[in-house]
Amino acid sequence: MESGNLSWILISAAMVLFMTPGLALFYGGMDSRRNVLNMLMMNFYCVLIVPILWVVIGYSLAQVPFENDFLGSLDAFMLGDVARAGDGTTLATIAFLGMFAAITPALISGAVADRMKFSAWAIFVPIWVLVAYVPIFKWVYGGWLGQRGSLDFAGGTAIHVNAGIAALAAVLLLGKRRGEVSPPHSMPLVMIGTGILWFGWFGFNAGSALAANGIAAQAFMNTFLAGAAGGLLWVFVEWIRDGHPTNLGAASGIVAGLVAITPAAGYVSGAAPIAIGAIAGVVCCYAVRLKRKFGYDDALDVVGVHFVGGIVGSLLIGFFANPEFFEGEFEKGLFYGGDTGLLIEQALANGVAIVWSFIITTAILLALKYTIGIRVDAETEHNGLDLALHRETAYHD
Amino acid sequence: MKLITAIVKPFKLDDVKNALKAAGITGITVSEVKGFGRQGGHTETYRGSEYQIDFVPKVKVEIVISPDMVDTAIDTLLQAAATGKIGDGKIWVTEVETIVRIRTGERGADAL
Repeated sequence: MESGNLSWILISAAMVLFMTPGLALFYGGMDSRRNVLNMLMMNFYCVLIVPILWVVIGYSLAQVPFENDFLGSLDAFMLGDVARAGDGTTLATIAFLGMFAAITPALISGAVADRMKFSAWAIFVPIWVLVAYVPIFKWVYGGWLGQRGSLDFAGGTAIHVNAGIAALAAVLLLGKRRGEVSPPHSMPLVMIGTGILWFGWFGFNAGSALAANGIAAQAFMNTFLAGAAGGLLWVFVEWIRDGHPTNLGAASGIVAGLVAITPAAGYVSGAAPIAIGAIAGVVCCYAVRLKRKFGYDDALDVVGVHFVGGIVGSLLIGFFANPEFFEGEFEKGLFYGGDTGLLIEQALANGVAIVWSFIITTAILLALKYTIGIRVDAETEHNGLDLALHRETAYHD
Repeated sequence: MKLITAIVKPFKLDDVKNALKAAGITGITVSEVKGFGRQGGHTETYRGSEYQIDFVPKVKVEIVISPDMVDTAIDTLLQAAATGKIGDGKIWVTEVETIVRIRTGERGADAL
């Protein structure tokens, strides 16, 4: 492998790492001032424990050997000989994939904000990564779902749909927050977090080409356009519907567009990323209202943005996939002369991920609920989690 | 000795301060406060959900002053703080038992 490719994977890995602090600020700004540090800590905890877990057994279970249908093995425990082989590409790729494993559980934190015990979160994250994330990742990348022909370029099904449905399972078990819900305590933090996420997402999507080539460049352009289109459309919908163009609408739409283009980034071209981002921007803008209709308390809209955005992007591959453009060996989407086969595979892969992730998340949290408990007491919730759980205060004034 | 307390709109604070200075009033104390009255609060919309913000930011101006200056101070405040719209605030006057200048220990009118 050329040094150019290796360089791009290494840079992309660092960019994806940066997304977790970005996500922490995106969520933290939306949270109330008495819970912002707990939110940051839930996110940072993921980049403390998951990299170690990934190197010790996660990568081995998820990818070694690549041909396994359902699960890898322990052959690459502590990476073993895998890391030494070749010119560093494998090692760089393992690090790159480790960043994805870290940010996926972090996505869930936004839903459980303001009321989850940190001790329960600390146990939940590593177990969830091993039992929910690793198998789904394996099935999608090299395993039975991928072999059937479903497509997920950078983690729409494996990451966003997976984490999004886990968020729903978690809030159904946790229950609603008590008292009045505070508006975002710092919109500037949300906007900085959004900028960091978008920057990192270029590594996330274009890095998933695992080479510095034309596919990476197209994925880069798609990431650029879908984020813009998502933000633009969300703002327009709010402006027309609610009367004002909001910063939070722009931020949410950018993220919705980026989520939707994630699974499609290396399979679509031309105007498709604009369409995918725009559709996600509109659909997610309405999807964040579902929680009011159905009564689940998804605090920062992980379901409405990540789950719904992931589903939208993943299914739209069935329409927009363009193998001729990429000279790739995957099925054509409906708009490029394909049949419904690809769309059905996309639906199947997401359906499987939804069922597995929902069941596993529920099982882990039920076990925790009846042992150490998953919810803080009423007084802690009222006074804020920052001081009670972390003995820190975000703003002394 | 009297204490004049005025609640005014934050953006009128500079006008109030300059007008009081010009009227010969030598000292004021200012605090940022929040409250609600007939003006009420406002709503903000985040992701299509409305949040009611009940408390409106205001500035509290406190002036300790000799009784013969009270009317001048009130007139000055009325001129400087009024916009004619709801939420302009209130002024009230209370009796002050004594006043002491910390630096010198002077009491009563000498301490003003």
